[in-house]
Amino acid sequence: MPASETPMQRERAKTIYEKSKPGRRAAVLPDAGVPERPLEDLIPANLLRSEPPRLPEIAEPEIVRHYNRLSRRNFDLDSGFYPLGSCTMKHNPRLNERVAALPGHARLHPAQDPQRAQGALELMWLLQQSLGEICGLPHVSLQPSAGSHGELAGLLLTRAYHADRGEQRTKVLAPDTSHGTNPASVTMAGYEVVKVATNERGGVEMDDLRAKVTDEIACLMLTNPNTLGLFDENIAEIAALIHEVGGTLYYDGANLNAVMGQSRPGDMGFDIVHLNLHKSFSQPHGGGGPGAGPIAVSDRIEPYLPRPQVVRRESDNGGGPSFDLEFDRPKSIGRLRGFQGNFGVFVRSYAYILSLGADGLAEASETAVLNANYLKARLAEGRAGERLPIAFERHCMHEFVLSGKPMKKELGLATLDLAKRLLDYGFHPPTVYFPLLVDEALMVEPTETETKESLDAFADAIEQILTEAESDPEIAKQAPYTTPVRRLDEVRATRRPVVRQPLGD
Amino acid sequence: MTRYTSATPDDRAEMLEAIGVESAADLFEQIPEPLRLGRPLAIPDGLSETEVFDRLAALAARNADAEKQVCFVGAGMYDHYVPAIVDAITSRSEFLTPYTPYQPEISQGGLQVMFEFQTAMSELTGLPVSNAGLYEGPSSVASAGYLAMGATKRRRFVVSRGVHPHSRETLATYSQGYRAEIVEVGLEGGLTDAAALAAAVDGETAAVILQSPNFLGAVEDVEALGAAAKEHGALLVVATDPMTLGILKPPGECGADIALGEGQPLGNRLDFGGPSFGFFCATEEQIRRMPGRIAGETEDIDGRRGFVLALQTREQHIRREKATNNICTAQALNALGAMVHLAWLGRHGFRELGELLAQRTAYARERLAAVDGVELLHEAPVVREFAVRLEAPVAAVLDRCAEGGIAAGYPLGHEYPEHENGLLVAITERRSREQIDELAEVLGTAIAEISSSRGSFSTKDVQKEPQAGGVA
Ligand SMILES: Cc1ncc(COP(=O)(O)O)c(C=O)c1O
Repeated sequence: MPASETPMQRERAKTIYEKSKPGRRAAVLPDAGVPERPLEDLIPANLLRSEPPRLPEIAEPEIVRHYNRLSRRNFDLDSGFYPLGSCTMKHNPRLNERVAALPGHARLHPAQDPQRAQGALELMWLLQQSLGEICGLPHVSLQPSAGSHGELAGLLLTRAYHADRGEQRTKVLAPDTSHGTNPASVTMAGYEVVKVATNERGGVEMDDLRAKVTDEIACLMLTNPNTLGLFDENIAEIAALIHEVGGTLYYDGANLNAVMGQSRPGDMGFDIVHLNLHKSFSQPHGGGGPGAGPIAVSDRIEPYLPRPQVVRRESDNGGGPSFDLEFDRPKSIGRLRGFQGNFGVFVRSYAYILSLGADGLAEASETAVLNANYLKARLAEGRAGERLPIAFERHCMHEFVLSGKPMKKELGLATLDLAKRLLDYGFHPPTVYFPLLVDEALMVEPTETETKESLDAFADAIEQILTEAESDPEIAKQAPYTTPVRRLDEVRATRRPVVRQPLGD
Repeated sequence: MTRYTSATPDDRAEMLEAIGVESAADLFEQIPEPLRLGRPLAIPDGLSETEVFDRLAALAARNADAEKQVCFVGAGMYDHYVPAIVDAITSRSEFLTPYTPYQPEISQGGLQVMFEFQTAMSELTGLPVSNAGLYEGPSSVASAGYLAMGATKRRRFVVSRGVHPHSRETLATYSQGYRAEIVEVGLEGGLTDAAALAAAVDGETAAVILQSPNFLGAVEDVEALGAAAKEHGALLVVATDPMTLGILKPPGECGADIALGEGQPLGNRLDFGGPSFGFFCATEEQIRRMPGRIAGETEDIDGRRGFVLALQTREQHIRREKATNNICTAQALNALGAMVHLAWLGRHGFRELGELLAQRTAYARERLAAVDGVELLHEAPVVREFAVRLEAPVAAVLDRCAEGGIAAGYPLGHEYPEHENGLLVAITERRSREQIDELAEVLGTAIAEISSSRGSFSTKDVQKEPQAGGVA
């Protein structure tokens, strides 16, 4: 255990407000260049602010240094392996950043007349077409801002679909392995969640499902492969059960990276799919966004899609096609957000799709599945195989879930301890404690863009940590040692929250 | 092999052997045969980097962006100058490529940025609690509605027609789900009709939702309007433009329980509408009902200061169906852009920018009002955007202006049919006096030409001159 602090640890966190000194500044603004009047002549004094907000006073070199130094206190995908399950941390091509930054994209006003934004609308239309083909569902709305927003959209579409048939349904089914956003979206959409159990093969427990499928069911939300990384072989039967009672089948596309060009949610029987462009389609995560969560839907759901919709119109005078925003959609659920969606994300994802193409997308999924199964095989060997058994023993898709239960029982190490010790080895840990169904869960998703060497190094690190723990479990329990700060008190941040910097005048 | 994978044939062979299968296809056998695609996707095969660049550059070239046209369009997103350091910092791998900071020990950079951002937004809005950002403005309004329903156990919103049409539409969409009723209150002289608002609020009202400056650019007297909310125990929700908060009284000092808005003007590109971010601030009382991520200060086991995601017990990954909101991935990188922009502007620069906008806007407003065929749509005080009425069809006028290299503004008729030929004109620090003068000229010519070609040319009695006095 290192006795002394690392240089990074020695440098105590100081916010930009604590570096502020009256009289310093960075920005120099242009002169107004117009006749100026006292502000009170323009805006009544009672609507004006008495003191400027206490933003930092700091010169540009120090701002740059502050944020560059802060950046080094982050781990990032460009620097290391990031097998964070359910998050698809694949390489973020820099080409995509370059094309998104072209002024024709980056400085295009969202209210520009469609006639003068033809390139942008065509790009959106092309992306819609590509995503529709990948999902096997012909109609796409790019509007939702992330996965959870897509889920809410899907549930509102379901509501509109049933309402149009004069039906009112109250319940939505979701497996106990589902992501937290699924039940949260269900509540926001005004439905009640009904949990479905998981069977011994990691799929939906069919008897439980049959018992719960009634005509009160509006929808079943599923990811396939599910959050255990397993493909549910009963999907056709599941779809039939839901459709029989008139429900819709919703596909949480967070795990699409397993099946691009291999299998399509539409062909599995799903009516509505959301995609996470910030997962499968290489939009960088940005430390928590931005993303985009387009939805693809079947014919029967199409009339209810959000407004406006990007459409292509053929010209009647022999000219080329044109693109437009269609607002006149009488059955639409309406808008989900401002303007047309996270266009910058669309540019990056479309560039990604053009780069990979049909062949590349299929290969990406194949390699993602290969990498996951290889890492799973490596972790089935040696100590990991004993202490961290796989939760469901079968081939996985793009990710797999281990259980740290034996490790905890035999070595006294919780999954959290293993995760924290991995930080000292220079790896981002897998997703931990999700799905909830698996005790001491570790969810591992290597993605296709990792080398075999990286996978081997990760498996070796796990082996080493387990070996070390056999002689001294305290090492991992006190980890990490080398990170900018050590284990943090998260409970306190919730009990007595300090959520902003206190400032003097 | 695509360029973003590394597995060589040898790697594959070794990996397959370790797995114990013959080919990667065997791994896909868990997918029932009829559900395997069995054909290539009907999209073209992959292209080289240069080809992809050229394709996208060709698409980009077909857009009239703010470099090709002088942009006076606002309506919630503005052509501000984003300082160079914003791009430099937001494009760093360490900020660009991590996931949400679930492992705080290796995410101190991002978490501290969130904490600094929350502090900045709290300062701007005058409310003590800020989250680390939501998707964008309009869905933040819908999230405020959800919060208000949870806080008051009521299901009715009273909403000013001065609230951005996209926000009102988004609120209506969400309300189909969480089942709330929406009552809209009209505008008088560009401002929310105070008497109608007071009459609309009742004991069943969960929230009164206002925007200031409102969609027509007018600065509302939030404090006076908000009294009706206080009286009936409804939350006062105020949408605002952050760039005006250097000079306008912050919502928190006007009695707002929640202040929120579109964050794009701070450090974010236009990007044809996104990604940007929404900000969301509230009183202490609402802290456990807030949507979205919140960073909090804490200590590590050795007593070092550090930051973590705080109050996670509100969130979907812990509370599932009982979560205060469903949001997960939000807009962290965009919030970083805002923080860097705000640090660059600094305490005084931020205020000066607000003043600059107000001065140039006052000039532009008078300049346009003096143009034949242009009238002010309202005379309420404005900061950076104002509305005029044209004596010619607005679509035709905008076309002419576009030919003259100017995006003259946002036509109001679609969302405000009562202002069929209304035009909303926005000013940023990028719009110089010369450009404003040019706008006046091009607009005047366009209106004159269109009116004369329609045979309805109407000159005003007196040739108008720019006035010296204010319009407030
Ligand atoms: C399985 C699953 N569903 C839904 C989501 C929600 O997606 P987002 O974070 O884009 O809202 C995630 C990711 O966080 C996920 O892993």
